[in-house]
Formats: sequence, structure tokens, C-alpha cells
Amino acid sequence: MAATTIETVGQTSGASRLLRRLLAALGMTFLILFALVEIVPFVFTIANSFKCLPAINAGPWAFIPTSGFVECRDPATGSAIAASELTNGTTFRPSLEGYQTVVAENLPRWFLNSVIFAIAITILRLITDSLAGYALARIKFPGNRLIFFIILGTLMIPGVVLIIPRFLILKQLGLLNTYQGLIIPLAADAFGIFLMKQFFESIPKELEEAAEVDGANRFVTFFRIILPITTPALTALTIFSFQGQWNNFLDVLIIVGTDPNLWTLTLGLANLQGAGGETLIWNVFLAGAVITTLPMAIIFFSFQRYFVEGVSYSGLAGQ
Amino acid sequence: MAPVSSTTQAAPGGAKIRGKTLQENIAGWTFVGPAMIVLVGFLIIPLFFAAYFSMTDWDGIAPLNRGIRTEENPQGAYAFDGLSNYSRILFEEGRRQENFFVALKNTINYAIVVVPTQTVIALTLAFIVNQRWLKGKGFFRTAFYFPSITSSVVISLIFMWMFSTGGLVNSMIRTLFPSYSPVTWLDNPDGLFHLVLNAVGVDPSRDVLRICDPATFQLLGCEIGSVRVWDWLSGPSVTMTTIMILAIWTTIGTMMVIYLAALQNIPGQVYEAATVDGCSRLQLFRFITVPLLRPTTFFVITVGLIGSLQVFDQVYVMTSGGPANTTLTVAYLVYRSAFRDAQMGLAAATAIVLFIIIFVFTQVQRRITKEV
Repeated sequence: MAATTIETVGQTSGASRLLRRLLAALGMTFLILFALVEIVPFVFTIANSFKCLPAINAGPWAFIPTSGFVECRDPATGSAIAASELTNGTTFRPSLEGYQTVVAENLPRWFLNSVIFAIAITILRLITDSLAGYALARIKFPGNRLIFFIILGTLMIPGVVLIIPRFLILKQLGLLNTYQGLIIPLAADAFGIFLMKQFFESIPKELEEAAEVDGANRFVTFFRIILPITTPALTALTIFSFQGQWNNFLDVLIIVGTDPNLWTLTLGLANLQGAGGETLIWNVFLAGAVITTLPMAIIFFSFQRYFVEGVSYSGLAGQ
Repeated sequence: MAPVSSTTQAAPGGAKIRGKTLQENIAGWTFVGPAMIVLVGFLIIPLFFAAYFSMTDWDGIAPLNRGIRTEENPQGAYAFDGLSNYSRILFEEGRRQENFFVALKNTINYAIVVVPTQTVIALTLAFIVNQRWLKGKGFFRTAFYFPSITSSVVISLIFMWMFSTGGLVNSMIRTLFPSYSPVTWLDNPDGLFHLVLNAVGVDPSRDVLRICDPATFQLLGCEIGSVRVWDWLSGPSVTMTTIMILAIWTTIGTMMVIYLAALQNIPGQVYEAATVDGCSRLQLFRFITVPLLRPTTFFVITVGLIGSLQVFDQVYVMTSGGPANTTLTVAYLVYRSAFRDAQMGLAAATAIVLFIIIFVFTQVQRRITKEV
């Protein structure tokens, strides 16, 4: 401990320098180890999604493709090609069987449904959340505080607890297994309203006051003056909402679970397990996993800054 | 809530003030209207709905327009039976009570392991990434955060494959230790403490674990909530542990990013001042970093706890609650009662009990974190 005090004077003793190097090396090892643990599953998911089933079971760690795409079954006899011919434990002969099978399992339809749900809900949330957030931040009207507390209260209701109530009300309204049934209940969310409210509170009031002097009413002010400068918050909301709905499983399962034409990617994938009968068709699962993740990955790498800022912000604001 | 005083002062005439206030009220209600319709219509009203049906024996299938079943109306969709669903879950010995307490035990085990582990790992990672000497901060942040944007179903499928008998994990261990006999990770109901006892030579299936004799303090076989004391204590099963690893693996990225933001928010002068006062690095961490991160830790633990108490997707995809109900969580039990066992009333009651449990846990956690 004394050694570090000396450090401030500008002199570092040899022992302390050694200790610091050691700690740094230890920290670096820890970091790299965890980074590998996080990345390796994805790398091998991609590699194995391009294998024939016997090759996955025989050599899951093989990751170097050695030829063009091959067929998994001998075209002449129709029997599966042996694992020993497909992989040697390090290299493998790639195949598109997993992707072909998952597409034949109605994946294009699931993909389309995922796109429809995620985009529709995101657009509706942008409208409802920003309007409500603005009213709570800037407009004084009777019931303002009450509504604020109601919304705050809904944040505390865990999602899982809502599955039964949502099912009940949608059943009563005849909205189970419909697009509207999945979209309308999710068309506004408390978290988004808070995000927008926080943002509007940070905008200087002078902007609106100037507009008011010019005779503009609240509606004109909001759409002409306020919304155009709200882009950062709207971007964050778009990303959160799209990501949440693209990956949503529970609501989809409860609301459209019994109509395969309305399944999304997540629900379709989860129900793939029955598709192979007794055998678990890993190449098909993994191909589905890759296709499901790809759009989110592209969005993530294009807008990475907004993701990280959004999460950091919610963490700091959540306090 | 009343008309704003500043507008009152600024406006010249009474009529104009009233007109202005009215306009503001209309604007306010119009702006919050759409969001409130959604939240009240599909969140608040349904919650009361569920509270009502938790006091019935409705199966979730019989059409509700048949009304309440009474002696005059024997074709009714459901009968009102007060708090009997709650009583069956919580107090009456039997299969319903056993299911609930097994699920509760599994869920609590899960939360106790997952929440502290992911918090400590996330803080450690954030602390290292925040060091000045570290190069490639952006790379590490991306690598850790990426799993968080992936869907839980996708990650469950990937983990199912990795932990399958011939999957990545077993084949890696076998390469390192040739004598290793593959573990069936996803179909192993043995509790971890049970396995530890096995390893030291005690056979946990022995009769001692089934004996319930309070007079001689042999309590392991006694039942609390239709679940044997030993089952309460034997720890999460191997399969549940696999799901826990998945949860920790997925969540540390988000929490690390939150911690990193908080660490970067601590002004450098605080550290400088403390260093001048003679604090060592360890002391800096203990007396400056940790206390200043307390609000973040509170947030991270709260979010983690609420998430852990609701774990569902992974169980649905990977195990359906098995083997031997060792991965049955309360959230999954709600789903199973409602949609597989056609016990909507019972499921609604379980959901409301879960709501109360989550509320109580977060309140207790709030007290504890505030005091430490």
C-alpha cells in the first residue's frame, strides 16, 4: 500500500511495477477469456449451420470448409452420406441442407410476420409514446400527475403476470390469432413514454414559448417545432422497440400460438423441435437461428452507438 | 393540476385565460389518449379480469357467455369459488401445492445463483474495460453486448445444441480430459449438492433422506409445502444449472455496459483527491468506486431479480419444465396450468401470487441494498 503513495511522487518501486503488470495481465486474461466465451458459440453456430447432420454430431468443432456445397444424401441411393466422408474433426464439407429444410418449414412466412409485427408496433409506439411523453413533460392539465403514476405503476407489472389477463381480454374481443390482436396491446409502452418524457424535459422551454407567441397551438408546436429536434430519442425508442418485438416470444406464443400462419420467427423456431420427429435436426435449428439473428446483427453493427448509448442511458436514468 | 399560475399572470383577460386552460386540457388529454387507451385497455382492466377469474374454476375453454354455473344454470362456464385456488396452491397438501412449491424452489434457486453471479462478473468486466491502459475497448464492448440483442429462443436453441450429449461442451471436455464420460446436461435431475455428496461417498438416495422424525432431529424427509426438506436443499439440478449458465452468459453484456457508463460518469477529480490523501488502488476501489456505483448496482440487481423471477422462454424451448420438474419455474407453471392443463382459474391465481412474490422480493432487496 505504501508503494502506491510513492507513485504519486513520480517514483515507482520495482515490486509495485511488477505487481501492476501482473494485475494487468490477469485482467487481460479474464477479459479475453470471457470475450471468447461470448463469441465462440456464435462462430460455431454459423459453421455448423452449414453442415450435414452426421457431420455436426461427429465433429462439432470442425470449422474449415473444404469444398463447394455438397448434398447430404447420395442422389443415387438416397441414403445419408457417412460422417467420416463429411468431416475429419477440423475441416468439413459444407451443405445447404439446414437452410433448405428450414425455408421449406415455412420460414419465409415467419420472417414476413416478424417484419410486420416489429415494424407496426414500433411505428405505433413512436406516435403514442412521444405524444404521451410530451403531454406529461410539458402540458399542465387535470389528471396529469395521476396518469403519470398509473403509467409508473404499469412498469412494475411483470410481463409474465400479464399473459393470462391479455389472453382473457383478447379472447373476449375475438382478437386471438389476428394481426390486430398482437399489435394493438403492444402499441404503447410505459418504458417508451418515460424515455420520451425525460427527453422532452431536457429541451429548453424557450422554443415552445416562441412558437406560442407566434400564435401556434400545442398541436402545431409539437409536430412542427418539437418532433424535428427529437431524433435522438426517437432513434433510441425505435431501436429498443424493434429489438424487443423482433425477439418477442411470450406475447406471440399466447396471442397467435395456435395459428401457424401468424407465427413469427421466434415462435416458428421454438416449434421446429417437432419437425424432425425423434431426431434433433441441429443443422435446421442452427440455420433458423442464423437467419433470425442476421437482421438484428446488421442493425446492431450499423447503429451500434445508439444501442450502447440507449442502454447506458436507461441504466443511468433508471436510478 | 390546477390552471398554471404563470399563464394566469401573463394573459390579459379572464375569458382568454379560460380559453387557454381549456385548450391546454384538450391538448393534454388528446396527447395521452392513445397511450392510455392501450395501457388501460390491455394492461389495467385485464389485470382486474384476471383477479376475478383467479376466484373461479374456469377452464379457459368454455364460452363465457354461458354465465356462472349455478343450480339453475348447470351449463354455466365457470363457478365462483372464492379463494379456493389460492388455498390449493399455498395451503392444501397435494399435487397443486407440490407443483407450486417445486416451481417456487426452482425459481428462487435460479435467482440466488444468477443475480449475484452476473452482477459480479459484469462489474469486474466493466472495471477492467474502463482501465486507461486497455486497448480495443470498443471490441470488448461489442463482444460482450452482442448476445443481448439476440432472441432468447435463438440462444436457447444454440445452448441446447452446445450442451447436447455430443455437442461442443462435452467434446471439448473430452479433448481436455480423455477419461471424461459425457454428462447429459439437458436431462439430468440430480441436484448439485446431491452430486457433491455423491462425490464424497455419501449416497443421497439412502433412507436417511427419506426419514422424518422430529424427535431425533432427522428432518430431511419431512415435507414443507408438499416438498421434502432434502429437495428444498439439494440445489439446482444439472439441467437447471445449464439454463443458469445461459442466463448469465446472455445478461452480463447489458449489465457491463450499464456499469461501464456509470464508471465513466465518476469524475476523475474524486480519484485524484483520494490518491493525494494516500489511498491505495485497492482502497480507491473499495471506498470510492463501489460506493459511487451503489445506485447502479441497485438498478442492475433489481432488473436482474425481476427478470430471474420470470424466467420462461428458455424453459419452454429447452426443457418444458423437466427432467422431473427440476426446471419448472413459476412462470412456466402459470403457462402450463393455463394452456396445457386447462386450469385458467388456477393459472390466474398462480400469476397473481407470482406478482406478489416479485413485489415482495424487490422491496426486500431494496431495503438490503440501501443499508449495505
